[in-house]
Amino acid sequence: MSRVDGYGRIDRTRTVTITVDGVAYTGHPGDTVASVLLAHDARPATTSVKLGRPRGITGSWTEEPTGLIQVEEPFPEPMLQATTVEAVDGLVVRGVNGQGRLSQVADHARYDRRHRHTDVVVVGAGPAGLVAARDAARRGEDVVLLDDRPAPGGSLTGTEVIDGRPALAWVDDVVAALAASPTVTHLQRTTAFGHHDDGFVLALERCTDGRTRQRVHRVRAARVVIAAGAIERPYVIEDGDRPGVVLASAARDLLHRHGVLAGREVVVATTNDSAYAAAVDLRDAGAAVRVVDARDEAPAAWARRCAERSIGITTGATVRGTRGEEHVTAAVVGDEEVPCDLLLLSGGWTPTAHLFSHVGGRLAYDAGIGAYRPAERLDGVEVVGAANGTLALADVLREAGGPDAPTAPAEEAAPPRVLWRAEGDPARQFVDAARDATVADVARAVAAGMTHPEHVKRYTTIGTAHDQGKTSGVLAVGIIAELTGRPLAELGPTTFRPPYTPVAFAALAGRERGDLFDPVRTTPLHGWHVAAGAEFEAVGQWQRARYYPRAGEDMTAAVLRECAAVRGGVGIMDASTLGCIDVRGPDAGELLDRLYTNMMSSLKVGRVRYGVVCGNDGMVRDDGTVLRLADDRFLVTTTTGNAAAVLDAMEEWLQTEWTDLRVRLTSVTDHWSIMAVAGPRSRDVVGAVFGDLDVSNDAFGFMTWRDTVLDGTPVRVARISFSGELAYEVHVSAWHAPAVWDRLVAAGERYGITPYGTETMHVLRAEKGYPIIGQDTDGTVTPHDLGMSWAVSTKKPDFVGKRSFARPANRDPARKQLVSLLPDDAATLLPEGSQIVELRADGRLPAPPVPMLGHVTSSYRSAELGRPFALALVKGGRDRVGETVHVPVAGELVPARIGPTVLVDPEGARRDG
Amino acid sequence: MQLITCPWCGPREEIEFSYGGQAHVPYPADPSALDDEAWARFVFFRDNPKGPFTERWVHTAGCRRWFTAVRDTRTHRFLGTPRMSTELTS
Repeated sequence: MSRVDGYGRIDRTRTVTITVDGVAYTGHPGDTVASVLLAHDARPATTSVKLGRPRGITGSWTEEPTGLIQVEEPFPEPMLQATTVEAVDGLVVRGVNGQGRLSQVADHARYDRRHRHTDVVVVGAGPAGLVAARDAARRGEDVVLLDDRPAPGGSLTGTEVIDGRPALAWVDDVVAALAASPTVTHLQRTTAFGHHDDGFVLALERCTDGRTRQRVHRVRAARVVIAAGAIERPYVIEDGDRPGVVLASAARDLLHRHGVLAGREVVVATTNDSAYAAAVDLRDAGAAVRVVDARDEAPAAWARRCAERSIGITTGATVRGTRGEEHVTAAVVGDEEVPCDLLLLSGGWTPTAHLFSHVGGRLAYDAGIGAYRPAERLDGVEVVGAANGTLALADVLREAGGPDAPTAPAEEAAPPRVLWRAEGDPARQFVDAARDATVADVARAVAAGMTHPEHVKRYTTIGTAHDQGKTSGVLAVGIIAELTGRPLAELGPTTFRPPYTPVAFAALAGRERGDLFDPVRTTPLHGWHVAAGAEFEAVGQWQRARYYPRAGEDMTAAVLRECAAVRGGVGIMDASTLGCIDVRGPDAGELLDRLYTNMMSSLKVGRVRYGVVCGNDGMVRDDGTVLRLADDRFLVTTTTGNAAAVLDAMEEWLQTEWTDLRVRLTSVTDHWSIMAVAGPRSRDVVGAVFGDLDVSNDAFGFMTWRDTVLDGTPVRVARISFSGELAYEVHVSAWHAPAVWDRLVAAGERYGITPYGTETMHVLRAEKGYPIIGQDTDGTVTPHDLGMSWAVSTKKPDFVGKRSFARPANRDPARKQLVSLLPDDAATLLPEGSQIVELRADGRLPAPPVPMLGHVTSSYRSAELGRPFALALVKGGRDRVGETVHVPVAGELVPARIGPTVLVDPEGARRDG
Repeated sequence: MQLITCPWCGPREEIEFSYGGQAHVPYPADPSALDDEAWARFVFFRDNPKGPFTERWVHTAGCRRWFTAVRDTRTHRFLGTPRMSTELTS
């Protein structure tokens, strides 16, 4: 056991048992997996990702590059750091070799999200953050204080003195004062992982009780105070990745937080003063310690303390390598091998300025500390303390707190030596132990011509592991500088991007997963479709019945049956998802005239007109029917997926261009349920249900609508057909849809009324050559390309898209045009999206690249035609009707004949029944 | 994520808004009077300055109103979001 009495902030009255690599270890509340293992002189069973070298614990928190574990219980989580996972009873983990494993079972824990709006968010509850939070709270500001550790205090170990008292007592007082303030929210175990524009900070809270495992806080603050501290880095030595090589600050942290003495014979290799504190503390806790200072002179105060404790100091020297197999047994100093079981390295401190960098804050090289630090002022952002490169506690407090800041005794301090690596074999000098990347790898990258740190990073993968180079990033830049002779000031660090530490996707998703991933819209008739055994398809957010299979039927069989039923008898479909826009106002007709390619203002009340909407480029955006309800009122329908876009486009024109038009737009999609009753017997069904309605063709003609009443419920019926058959659309308030639907189905029973879904609707419309916008079109198709010149007004002086029709490119006879394709074998279903090619006169394919004539846009089996057919966009297609082209299908060229788009009832004889 | 100040609703998160491109590009009074190049310039060409840019935004997930804004394309900072001079009339 390496647990030392009298040290640490663990609760020794209680014991927790964790299992690591199958072995049970006891620890105490306040421990991490790493501290439990080190207390037992153990380490996780890990080796490096590429070379299989042994790996131990190097750090004490999120900077940890090596001690990777996989949590198995209570719930599998891959690739965590042993230094950041708290030891709780029943925890089961195992070491991983740089690669984790995702859970194979569903995660039933809750992940949550909370929005916070505040005057100031303070990131870091170390001395700087606590002072900043306290001062803001005293001013009455709303404060959110975030800290990623389980307990506040930051880098304070308890040996420091603030305002004349032990530093941790001062921390307790400040925390108590903050807790008493009604304007302060203080969250520990909460990592601010992203900082975005306008004071937006994302933080991940690791919850310790209740059902919620993690919670993302979305904090919007008028002011962001970054007091995130600094991270110690080593300097690079041969075999510095060996277990037993630890950051000096981490060893000190282990002692003061967890009461763990990480070694008995300790060599401390440093370039700066800070590691002396580790040397002294570990010596006081019982270890034998020797310091190797890279500087020519040891700082006087520390040299005196060392002398008092029989700590030997070698100056002007570096540790250049280690000895040992699975664990370090000696440090190599010059030609001497100094036996040790723990080698502490300190190469200086790197400000944790990530959150400053996230919002574009510029970092500049500070030769005084050998690191990059914030170098400009950003509105609403303050960086204080070690994150700003201010390392001495007395200075940190002054910087964070202004004139009435707490004070700490001034320490005489000697400047650090900036050292990136010791002398040695570059192939054994690991810069990033998490990536097995060495100085030799950096040299190889530089030799290959990559001199920018961003390029070297990508070539060597340095800084791309789970730790994102928290300890190795600046070392790599320093070594690039050495190799290229370019100053660090010119090179700059690689860009810090969110997240600061890894965040599980589950946490980002929060509760928006499963059924809540995306809103699902269902029609009022959804329950009926479910009961009828419908298969559904998603159309945008809508769930639409696709077909209604009977026992033993696959989709093909069901759709052929449904198609035959509509063409031979009567079918009924739920069309409630059609977009409906109520267009109202004295200028409603004028607006529609400007938007639609054809004339709408001339439409008489009681009549219906099909219309096409284009963009300024003349390309079809949407189509649908327009019902004139009154002189100043139209009901416009849109395709299901385009409803919002069409409404938005109308609003845009009204608000930004035609502000003189007196028109109001209202989305009424969800208000109306629409049922399509189609087929030669549809008149019988509609006539039977709506007794007050004269359904004769003379009284109720094609493309007209009538109002009627059913049991006191207003109903609108329109003669609109999307199948070419006699057909009716029944519009009724969504509340009454199920009742009306039931009445129609009951009345249709004697005619064998067949519910049909979207797949059948698609087949029926394609047989008639009716395009589906977005399927048969792709934003490069004009109404003329679709064969709809009849829907383009030549009388109107202007409408959206008209001028573009006159552009030469839009009049090119070789434009792709909508045609039908009938495969010669009358059997092959041409896959939608297939390319269309043409053989040369000699019957062979042209040399590659084979010219493409177009592609198949819709393809179905037709019950009516008794064969498959397709719609396609083909260059100059209308002039090529009757010609044969070829479609590659599964490696074969299938011949197909180009035909007109209307394949069923081209005379239109069926629409009136 | 930026905060964008809707002139009607106040500061709201960026995801509530949609971008409408360069502002003050009026629909030509008589498109048929334009030659092909002039028309193509209206349909397809927009400025792309480095610096302040006057552009259109719409508060899609809020009041659904359009407004003009001046934004510095180098910093994404909004320099002002006045209500549109030509407001929706009733």
